[in-house]
Amino acid sequence: MKPAPFRYADPDTLEEALAVLSDEGAGAKVLAGGQSLLPLLSMRLAAPSTLVDINRVPGLDSVEVTGDGVTVGALVRHNALLGDDAAARVQPLLARATANVAHPAIRNRGTTVGSIAHADPSGEMTSVLALTDGSVTVATPAGPQTVEWRDLFVGPLETSISGPAVVTSAFFPALPARSGTAFAEVARRKGDYAVCGAGVVVTLDADRRVERVRASYVSVGITPEVLDLTEAVAGKPVDSADWAAAGALARTMVDPDTDIHASADYRRLLVGVLTERTLRDAAAEATARVTCE
Amino acid sequence: MTTKLFGEPVRRREDARLIIGKGRYLDDIGHTALAAAFVRSPHAHARITDIDVERALDVEGLIAIYTYDDLTGPMAEPLPVLIPHPQLTAPRTNYPLARDIVRHVGEAVVMVIATDRYIAEDAAERIVVSYEELPVVVGVDAAHAAKAAVHDDVPDNVAARHHQETGDVEPALAASPRTLSFTQYIERSASMPMEGKGVHARWDADDRSLRVYSSTQASTSVRAAIAAKLELSLDKVEVIAPDVGGGFGVKIVHPWPEELLIPMAAIALGAEVKWAEDRREHFISSAHERQQRQDITVGYDDEGRITALDVRVLHDHGAYTPYGIIVPIITATQLVGPYVIPVYRVRIDSVYTNTVIVTPYRGAGRPQACYAMERTMDRIADELGIDRALVRERNLIQPDQFPYDHHLTFQDGRPVIYDSGDYPGLMDKLKTLVGWDSVDALRTDAAARGKHLGIGMALYVEGTGPGPYEGGHVQVLGSGKVLVSTGLTSQGQGHETAFAQIVASELGVPIEDIEVTTGDTRRFGYAVGTFASRAAVMSGNAIALAARGVREKALRIAADVLEAAPEDLEIDEGLIQVKGVPGTSIPLRTVAVLSNPLRYAFDEAAKQATQFTTHDDSKPPVAVGDAPGLEHRDYYSPLRSTFASGAHAAIVEIDPATWEIDIVKYAVVHDCGNVVNPMIVEGQVQGGVAQGVGGALYERMVYDQDGQLQNASYMDFLMPYSSEVPDVVIDHQTTPSPLNPLGIKGAGEAGVIPGTAAIASAIEDAVGRRISSMPISPTELYDLVRNPDSELTAVAAGRAGTGVMA
Amino acid sequence: MTSVDTDRTITLTVNGVPREATVPVRRLLSDALRHDLGLTGTHVGCEHGVCGACTVLVDGDPVRSCLLLAVQVDGHEVTTVEGLAHADHQGGQILHPVQEAFRECHALQCGFCTPGFLTTIAAGLDKRDNAAELTEEEVDDMVGGNLCRCTGYANIKKAVHHANATMRDRA
Repeated sequence: MKPAPFRYADPDTLEEALAVLSDEGAGAKVLAGGQSLLPLLSMRLAAPSTLVDINRVPGLDSVEVTGDGVTVGALVRHNALLGDDAAARVQPLLARATANVAHPAIRNRGTTVGSIAHADPSGEMTSVLALTDGSVTVATPAGPQTVEWRDLFVGPLETSISGPAVVTSAFFPALPARSGTAFAEVARRKGDYAVCGAGVVVTLDADRRVERVRASYVSVGITPEVLDLTEAVAGKPVDSADWAAAGALARTMVDPDTDIHASADYRRLLVGVLTERTLRDAAAEATARVTCE
Repeated sequence: MTTKLFGEPVRRREDARLIIGKGRYLDDIGHTALAAAFVRSPHAHARITDIDVERALDVEGLIAIYTYDDLTGPMAEPLPVLIPHPQLTAPRTNYPLARDIVRHVGEAVVMVIATDRYIAEDAAERIVVSYEELPVVVGVDAAHAAKAAVHDDVPDNVAARHHQETGDVEPALAASPRTLSFTQYIERSASMPMEGKGVHARWDADDRSLRVYSSTQASTSVRAAIAAKLELSLDKVEVIAPDVGGGFGVKIVHPWPEELLIPMAAIALGAEVKWAEDRREHFISSAHERQQRQDITVGYDDEGRITALDVRVLHDHGAYTPYGIIVPIITATQLVGPYVIPVYRVRIDSVYTNTVIVTPYRGAGRPQACYAMERTMDRIADELGIDRALVRERNLIQPDQFPYDHHLTFQDGRPVIYDSGDYPGLMDKLKTLVGWDSVDALRTDAAARGKHLGIGMALYVEGTGPGPYEGGHVQVLGSGKVLVSTGLTSQGQGHETAFAQIVASELGVPIEDIEVTTGDTRRFGYAVGTFASRAAVMSGNAIALAARGVREKALRIAADVLEAAPEDLEIDEGLIQVKGVPGTSIPLRTVAVLSNPLRYAFDEAAKQATQFTTHDDSKPPVAVGDAPGLEHRDYYSPLRSTFASGAHAAIVEIDPATWEIDIVKYAVVHDCGNVVNPMIVEGQVQGGVAQGVGGALYERMVYDQDGQLQNASYMDFLMPYSSEVPDVVIDHQTTPSPLNPLGIKGAGEAGVIPGTAAIASAIEDAVGRRISSMPISPTELYDLVRNPDSELTAVAAGRAGTGVMA
Repeated sequence: MTSVDTDRTITLTVNGVPREATVPVRRLLSDALRHDLGLTGTHVGCEHGVCGACTVLVDGDPVRSCLLLAVQVDGHEVTTVEGLAHADHQGGQILHPVQEAFRECHALQCGFCTPGFLTTIAAGLDKRDNAAELTEEEVDDMVGGNLCRCTGYANIKKAVHHANATMRDRA
């Protein structure tokens, strides 16, 4: 399976990349990690007229960590983010989710931002962007734009970005105070796309009562959503919160699909189970953080 | 003193080139060859109404386009039915390029030749084929219902009705103290070697001869097929199997359309042409295997002894039957396993479906057979409340009952007569290895961790080494090098090493001096192929016989030179000497020189040989009935297949929250008679177990009702990575075969045969619900367990209220 | 202005040797290595990044060569299975310990998936402190992303341990 013909440019500035994208028109596609794009090209499921390879553009390969959160540049490979301890401290979901992305060889090349721009409902990082209430910065000929996650994901494999544009970074806000996170997924084989995955954030108040519970799922909807599960456990002391109830609530709020790997009902079952399991872990982490304050 | 290498875990000779990336696989050959790509049918059943190549014609680099209309003579005829059978009453095969009708997604319609594969695919993409869609038949039940026909002239979709019986089963059932009946399904998987198929052809216009490389398991037969179809004399065609990246059965089918079309193009274009299949092509245009619906009725007594067995099977044969009904015949005859079955009837209908053809995949009908018999044993045990091992033990053929005649006719046309075995021995070893009798403690421990634990076992007997024959050629050169060749082929089984071990042991030469060639018609022209776990049995024995012939001749010549009796001589480390008299010796390579009384001395070895020359004027230099050279060719043709056997057990833990299935222990006891290289045999078993686990829990070809293969990629067809394969513990038993000189039985398929049966049994034991369809995945297990209509096992019903899963 | 091309001439270092090739921009790295540069040790099993047979090292990291365009490694260092052994001073080769281990432990049968495993494992073992005990997670990182249809993986895992021990003992 070989790609159909295309033209190729590997500009070494962002301005040039945008210029080529403008010139080449709607058939031009940005190439970063290529781990999702190349199979589509080889299978001839996609046939862009031009690939604009941004791997030589400087300044896109850093992870910046501040108290506000983590900014991941467009050329940061999954494995680089996975190994970034500072990022993991400020927003633990990043490493936890990234560890589930495919296999090491794919992670050596694939990028976090690329996964997000690809908008695959089976991708982990789109869920994490949503759950952390993140955003992306998009370079356009008219200047950089910030797009909140809610405005970014339009449909399966579809974002709101149109026209010549390069997503240059993704911003994941820091884990709030008195909070904990967890991420878990069930896949048919280790490293496969998730049959169902769950990421959660639990926030406690100063008395260690549950203040807020949010969850986002992988392979359960066509675009990422964040579910607020607080009502199932609001105000309960963290040690006696009924996480199973939160799982049950989550089950009523999702509408998964059936495919050859799993039925909708089974995915719904996993939503409940994984929500309960991750909430338990996230709550434990939140408790530890409250204790340390 | 040479250690006898037979039976030693000698490290492989072929590894030297493979670990440094110097293997020579099909696509590594012919860098300047033209490339082929195919336009394949996107429809499962359709009439071709038009082929428009117009838009492809201006693709730069396009060389040629072929459709059925370009095929002439025998090429325009259907592909052969390789193995006809009187019960295969409606055989059908396809044409190399589709003629009018396509019957599965993936069937080749147009061949494009271009300067490289990228361009060939560009041109192929521009070819517009118009179709009129026809009704699609998918699955054995739909085929049986026959609301539509895959072949117009086979309205009931039945290609064959295979029927064997050993007595009158209906009265025997009626007279049985107890009977039970059940239906179960097993689904399609496929060989999926890591290297797809490939063909490279070169026509020598001066010599008017054709050389073809094919990633095949049967180079000799491919040669014959090409010669016949392209109307060439056999001596003008040579076929070589290069390094082959796995076969597992899918490369035994021949001739694939491409094996004929590529040589045809090479001749027509006067250029090297090559085709190396990509993964998607492999999914939709090679072969699959395993789908069957089995309806079983068994009679038995209160002790669980079987009195009668009646089996009806619907076997999915795909769209065509080029390989005949070998797979269903194997199911039919191997089903009886290691048991005494007083009266047995089996009826297998092979039905057509609009899907990829069904031909052997490692096990070749035996996994299905084992599934049928072993799940029957499980049900009997469940009904009677008897331990599943005990029920089996009560039915086993005993060691003193060999040879044991089942009164069935095997795939080689010969009787199913078990030559040797010790089935109670297998059972004892298995129970010990897996801890069968102490599983309740494990069950309790797992329950404490919130998991459901179950254990299952399955036994099998495998007919291996069917004929008609294989041959071996052994030749000692004056350089000391020992050339060994056989016509069958290699796909990773270590033949270059195992066969060298045999020759080293038989001839007394260092293994480093031996070079083995397989699958090359230039070196050995008579062969059958590699399948049915037959290579070691067939070629191993043939090569041993050839080596013995060389030894005998060498000793005869040496005896003459050393003035000793042949029986007083021995060969060790390539030196022939008088036993116990070191110093009275002659190197084997010098004997090789002497064996060819040349007038001319070409090299030092030849010159040195002269000092040993005896000169007897009363005899000619080459005696009557003798031949020059130190070589011998011999064949092994078996009276019958030789029957290997084994027993597997699996322990699973199931997470009742997610229904994920974890195999926590997998135990194998296997018996393949005498073993040439235990390291290689164990590797074969481990590989087979991985495929067994894959087939039980992960691999299934998912066809929708329109005949579209939903998972035609490695992303969605789930072959196990290392994380999915459990650790395997292995024990061995050896009951040599009395049927061949080396006492060997085949081992190639052993690892995969009982996997589905053993794992089904274990999962059923864990969850207490009847498993009657395999493979099973967590989502399916979830559906099974929560379905109020799913059948509880009697054991589970008995456990109700005890806190363990019911 | 940056050029938009259909063909490129690339220069890269392959197994320590500077190489040059002129390729269509759509040429996959796997095909460029095999056909344009004549290094057929890297094999193609699926062309969708799942089987790992095509894995090579780019700047020392295992990547799927079927998911890279050849033009993307212009100016980079590529190591294939042919580059794992080192020349000795007598015209022969010194194998990487993982290559020796594969033979010793019978970790290959047909050999088709083997180069992908060898490059991945070699990179993993070269990067780690071989004196430290191998964890299951590390072994999984080195072998868990490649498909093998022949061996069932048991001996491949043994080979990883064997190679690590060799490297530890030689250090």
